[in-house]
Amino acid sequence: MMFTLPNLFRLAVLVVLLAFLLQPAWFEAMLTPLVQENAPAIYNQGSLFWLTVLHLRTVFIATFAATVVAVSLAIIVTRKAGAEFLPLSRSLVNIGQTFPPVAVLALAVPIYGFGEKPTLIALFLYGLLPIFENALTGLTTLPPTVVEAARGAGMTGSQRLIRIELPLALPVILTGVRLSVVISLATATIGSTVAAKTLGEVIIAGLQSNNLAFVLQGGLIVAALAVLIHDALQGLERTLAGRVHV
Amino acid sequence: MAIGIIQEKERLAFRFDKLGVIISILALYGALLAPFATYRANRIIQGEARGIMEALPPHLGYGLLFLVVAGAAVALLRTPALFRMAMALAALAALAGLIGIAADHLTPPENSYARVSPASGFWVLVFAFSLLLTDALTRLHPGPGLRLLVLAGVLVLAGSMLVAGRWDGLSIMKEYANRADLFWAEAGRHVTLALGSLAAATVVGLPLGILCHRVERLRAGVLNVLNAIQTIPSIALFGILIAPLGWIAANIPGASAVGIRGIGAAPAFVALFLYSLLPVVANTVVGLAGVPRAANDAARGIGMTDRQRLVTIEFPLAFPVILTGIRIVLVQNIGLATIAALIGGGGFGVFVFQGVGQTAMDLVLLGAIPTVVLAFTAAIVLDALIEMTVPNSSQGNAA
Repeated sequence: MMFTLPNLFRLAVLVVLLAFLLQPAWFEAMLTPLVQENAPAIYNQGSLFWLTVLHLRTVFIATFAATVVAVSLAIIVTRKAGAEFLPLSRSLVNIGQTFPPVAVLALAVPIYGFGEKPTLIALFLYGLLPIFENALTGLTTLPPTVVEAARGAGMTGSQRLIRIELPLALPVILTGVRLSVVISLATATIGSTVAAKTLGEVIIAGLQSNNLAFVLQGGLIVAALAVLIHDALQGLERTLAGRVHV
Repeated sequence: MAIGIIQEKERLAFRFDKLGVIISILALYGALLAPFATYRANRIIQGEARGIMEALPPHLGYGLLFLVVAGAAVALLRTPALFRMAMALAALAALAGLIGIAADHLTPPENSYARVSPASGFWVLVFAFSLLLTDALTRLHPGPGLRLLVLAGVLVLAGSMLVAGRWDGLSIMKEYANRADLFWAEAGRHVTLALGSLAAATVVGLPLGILCHRVERLRAGVLNVLNAIQTIPSIALFGILIAPLGWIAANIPGASAVGIRGIGAAPAFVALFLYSLLPVVANTVVGLAGVPRAANDAARGIGMTDRQRLVTIEFPLAFPVILTGIRIVLVQNIGLATIAALIGGGGFGVFVFQGVGQTAMDLVLLGAIPTVVLAFTAAIVLDALIEMTVPNSSQGNAA
């Protein structure tokens, strides 16, 4: 399923997003009709720009850690020594996906306290699954002729992994990372129910004070970020896939 | 020399199960080093850790230690999968029974303030033996019917423990006892939200998917819009819907009479419905596109109308893929319905967020455990159904 927008539209989204984050006052007139009289139309309990940066930072740290761990695990279970873990790891991934993120988040609070940590844990665990699954697909569906040729050329196991298998699997792995990032961007907002500094703070403030403008701006910033990052990663995948198949 | 080492390695690998090494380390750590239960003199106070021997009467304590060591040995050695499964089930059943006994043992008589909850050692043991069970089940690769039977057995067993009051001494059950009526009301709301929105999404999504399959120009547009909806965070979508639904309730006669209101279950229902549409529509399109051309041509050849072809050929062939979409939606909705509590929509999320607010872990568990059990049950049941509808499939999801 491709989600593509014309480049011009994409650029417009980016420009509007940046303008909104840096000069939210410009948009005040558009949002004022949504709020009750005398209520603020633009989030006023912190800088939207900084919340966005913190939101992206949380997602980036969690996704980076999830990518490293998931790809390492996928490499281990596709080697000869770890082959007996392959069926089990597939089952665990299937089971893991049934755990609701809210439950993971709430259960991490007593262990790690309020704030960013439980959010990072929940995003990390949730992000593992799509990346692992895709890395596994990428590493197990390599063209056998290429792997054979590498073996024939006298490459060792680790040479084959680094020079042949990982580069070939990279576009599929990136697809997993993309799925994971889009899920994490939205899920991170739930982190604000346990006091993490994310854009969820804006939405929750809106829910609590019955301020639709807050809910809308928080939600739309996250959605715009998700669409832009999704498209950027998809472009990267296509570039890489094109280069590999030459 | 080198050959000797390889042979030595192979012999070791033959004797020890690699996963078994991990399982037995986890199990021994959980049993010997980590606390089995936490004791608190009242609900809010900091807990004190209790090991297995402190938490249980001596004969049961030694019994559990023996069982854990035996389980670790079974995991470590290369034993038949059926035997491993039996061992894992026995250990899990023993843990389930003993944590209830530990609660009664640790609570002083006539003390209604004291709270006992499972501690990290208990959870590590449960995790270790669940891992053993999952591994054994993956290796046995039971058919869908058998999987449903195992699931039913486990649920009946846990249910009878609950009904018999075996866990009543545990803190989570005391939280439950304090709000039993509310619990079932929220459970009803949770299930209604998850299943109702799924039903609505199926009713709308199937025809929409068929339409997208037939009319190519519509396809990209519809799927792009549904995709875009998925990028809106759930708490925001729930919140955004408050306004239009509030307006409908205030301005359309009869709307508020059927339960449409700005806050509460209505926006949660609509949000879950919107999230559900993409998997249903997309899988319907993919399923219909995967119908072999030959099947369609043959149907046309014998003079079937479009509608006959859809009902008797295309739909049955696409059904497993559509069902996969429904599985995704159901598991996702059961999880997302917890968020409904944030906008007054009820569901198990009420306990989760109350528990987070009061830092009462047991209250969080009272909301989280039923949610996970529901999602897990739904996943197993639908996976089995999907496998049953695919003819001659040898490959399925063991989870």
